[in-house]
Amino acid sequence: MSAFSAIGEEEEIESEDFTPGTEPQPTWCPGCGDFGVLKALKQAMPEVGRSPEETLLVTGIGCSGKLSSYFESYGYHSIHGRSLPVARAAKLANPELEVIAAGGDGDGYGIGGNHFIHTARENHDMTYIVFNNEIFGLTKGQTSPTSPKGHKSKTQPHGSAKSPLRPLSLSLAAGSSYVARTAAVNPNQAKEIITEAIEHDGFAHVDFLTQCPTWNKDAKHYVPYTDVQDSDEYDFDVTDRREAGQMMYEVESKLYEGEVLTGRFYRDDPRPSYSEEKQAIGEMPDQPVAEQYFDEDHQWDRSYDELLDLHK
Amino acid sequence: MTENELIWRIAGGSGDGIDSTSQNFAKALMRAGLHVFTHRHYPSRIRGGHTFVEVRASASNVRSRGDGYNFLLALGDSFARNPSEGSVYGNEELKPLSENLDDLREGGIIVYDEGLIDEEAAAELNLEERAEENGWHLYPMNLREMAREHGREVMRNTAGVGVTAALLDIDVSYFEELIRANMPEDIAETNITILNEAYDAVSEQEFTHDLRVPTGDHENEQALLSGSNAIAYAALDEGCRFISGYPMTPWTDVFTIMSQHLPKFGGVSEQVEDEIAAAALALGASHAGAKAMSGSSGGGFSLMSEPLGLAEMTETPIVLLEAMRAGPSTGMPTKPEQADLEHVLYTSQGDSCRVVFAPSNIRECYDQTRKAFEIAYEYHLPAIVVYDQKLQGELRNVDADFFDREPNPDPGTVLTEDELAEAAHHESGKFERYQHDSEKGVSPRSIPGQKGGRFLASGNEHSPTGHISEDPANRVAQMNRRLQKLDSVRSELDAAEESHQTVHGPEDADYGLLTWGSQQDTVFEAVDRLNEQGHSVKAMGVGDLMPYPVAEVTDFLESVEECLVVEMNATAQFRGLTQKELGRFGPKLSSLLKYNGNPFEPRDIVEGFETSIDGGDLPDETMKYVPAAGD
Repeated sequence: MSAFSAIGEEEEIESEDFTPGTEPQPTWCPGCGDFGVLKALKQAMPEVGRSPEETLLVTGIGCSGKLSSYFESYGYHSIHGRSLPVARAAKLANPELEVIAAGGDGDGYGIGGNHFIHTARENHDMTYIVFNNEIFGLTKGQTSPTSPKGHKSKTQPHGSAKSPLRPLSLSLAAGSSYVARTAAVNPNQAKEIITEAIEHDGFAHVDFLTQCPTWNKDAKHYVPYTDVQDSDEYDFDVTDRREAGQMMYEVESKLYEGEVLTGRFYRDDPRPSYSEEKQAIGEMPDQPVAEQYFDEDHQWDRSYDELLDLHK
Repeated sequence: MTENELIWRIAGGSGDGIDSTSQNFAKALMRAGLHVFTHRHYPSRIRGGHTFVEVRASASNVRSRGDGYNFLLALGDSFARNPSEGSVYGNEELKPLSENLDDLREGGIIVYDEGLIDEEAAAELNLEERAEENGWHLYPMNLREMAREHGREVMRNTAGVGVTAALLDIDVSYFEELIRANMPEDIAETNITILNEAYDAVSEQEFTHDLRVPTGDHENEQALLSGSNAIAYAALDEGCRFISGYPMTPWTDVFTIMSQHLPKFGGVSEQVEDEIAAAALALGASHAGAKAMSGSSGGGFSLMSEPLGLAEMTETPIVLLEAMRAGPSTGMPTKPEQADLEHVLYTSQGDSCRVVFAPSNIRECYDQTRKAFEIAYEYHLPAIVVYDQKLQGELRNVDADFFDREPNPDPGTVLTEDELAEAAHHESGKFERYQHDSEKGVSPRSIPGQKGGRFLASGNEHSPTGHISEDPANRVAQMNRRLQKLDSVRSELDAAEESHQTVHGPEDADYGLLTWGSQQDTVFEAVDRLNEQGHSVKAMGVGDLMPYPVAEVTDFLESVEECLVVEMNATAQFRGLTQKELGRFGPKLSSLLKYNGNPFEPRDIVEGFETSIDGGDLPDETMKYVPAAGD
């Protein structure tokens, strides 16, 4: 029995439980792809069976960062690019929480890129949703790490000279054990992928294509889309790193040629999560750190008893 | 100058075992009944370079490095680069001898390793001549040869200890015990052979010196600890079970100690990709219910600026350490300075809402770190312990039972689930984590996983439920409530039995010395000396930097005619803070500043005080005197 009684409680969970009473109406622009993420996440939660009070949603800054305002759970709206270090530590302090992090492409692949690489490498048992709209939205339309080469904006008036970042390939190389791409225009797949990602025991990265109708392109730019798992044209093994890598490269290239490919691209289910690895070498306690403070029977060691003899 | 004390300086290159040898030496003398204090001086390199450690030992309490020293064990640098024509570094092999001569007291003893520093080299230094002028006693010994003959060359340091023991009449059994406790059996026995061979070899010589080790006795069992030990143990005793960090000198020591011990205390340590992550992880762990800490030194702490502000805004409790070293930028990585004061107080955008303590010695490192945790978790704000390279590494003996305290696993101001059910909720059912009118400004807190406590923590300005809000009335209410917590902390600290401000010297003294952090006990030693010389002086060491102890410092400054502010930086940051906080006393406050990479010696402060009283220039160019406003 957890010291936190919401954890593991048997109850009927419904999508609507995740709609906040205080601020149910998002401030996103009409037609924004971010609505798709919110909807998919709300629909996924009953599927995975976790309640608002055992869920911690950590977000970064930008339109995507407001997800935690419109999703009812414990929330932490952090700073630009830093959702992952906040989220993964919460998971280490209390592995019984369902921890989800979210941010945009600038947030996760730009300013927070270092954290993305290292969180993936460590394979924390958590979900990371990146709202990838290929643009900086809230700051009014600047070129982002995933903007296409040649993309013109106020900060790149002659067009971007940079090739876009390849988020799926980067994720694979860094060590994510589940990598998928979905799109706001495909709500059924989005819900399924988010569900799978949350259920996955390891670092699950979902690159979520969210159209930005104000600064970039509207929904029709992501239509038609292909689900590679449903298509006869693509045949690869999602558990094979090499095949997954080749597929990701193709998917990333084709996005900029106007072909939208989505689906699951890699999964490594046998890989132990970071907490499991740490516990195996004796670097993490069986009882969650957070619970120790609320456990009246917990034995609190003192430096005087354990360490002072070294100094005498 | 008193000679009822030994100040033993062991000098060599990094890698010559200077640190470990000096630690054992200090511990042996502590076990022999003496009070000990160490001072480390080392370069930022793995092998070679001019390194020394001083061990000051006396029958009475020692609380500072001394003025100069009286025994040199110069091992020579076995990792020295070969001098070539035009090289800027000169003959490094010789430096452990040549670089240390200026500070050696008259009548001091020099032991050097002839195996590394030969006759020719000694002649180059005019050693014989200088020894005669200064009354030094020279004992060239072939330590290298002794070590080689009975073991391995790296054991030169043990041979040096053997020679020291013979010359000063120290019982070698103290060293033998420590060697046996710290080394595998075969290596220990080899070292013990070398120790005794060296002891016997020098015993055969005729001694020309009078200096002997002082004799003393401890009433209570003693423990030898560094500032880093005391900080880490305080954190463990406060129930801190999460640390995240990135290596950086000199903060690394605390991080290492915590990482080694946390697993067996049931905690988690994380070495992460950078200091932004380190601070953010500590926030995440704390938000989820752990008592958590992080820390760094100047450069790494700069990276923590933004998460630090997030902690203030989301009211996530957290303890951060800042182990200062000489700046700006990479500065001098292994040298102490107190120039990050303003950085620690104000870094991150917006008005600061944090607590900052600056302990001055091992005991205060322990007490104030514990207090930092208590306050951070009671008041939901970041508490910072700022210290420096000097304090983190210096070893000092403390009564062992000082640490015999109860642990404090209290998570601070957190509601239980029963209390949450009763707590004020928004009509939507949401818990009001950031309720406007809260006692002492501290609003109720819940932990993820608790029933009925869900809320949003946001770095944006937010409503009582945590939602983003730019409503002016709410903004003012939230700002005022957050800042009210600092007033509450000040009231709590003022009412506490033990103040973090320490006053030393006669109460009715005419003159004052004001300092903060690691220089305090050196200032206190200078105060004793000044009073012995007929001056009328007292000193105050300040530990609370934010919220500032206005009443205590005001009382102190009102009681003296003039006050010299002593600190290790170039722009008198603490004097500036004091004037800002008190809004007056400008014409009373002059400054003595040192920023050459070395901490003050007591005599520096005596000279600085005399300059402030008599006028004129400082005799020593390594310091700066800044007169009071209007002077």
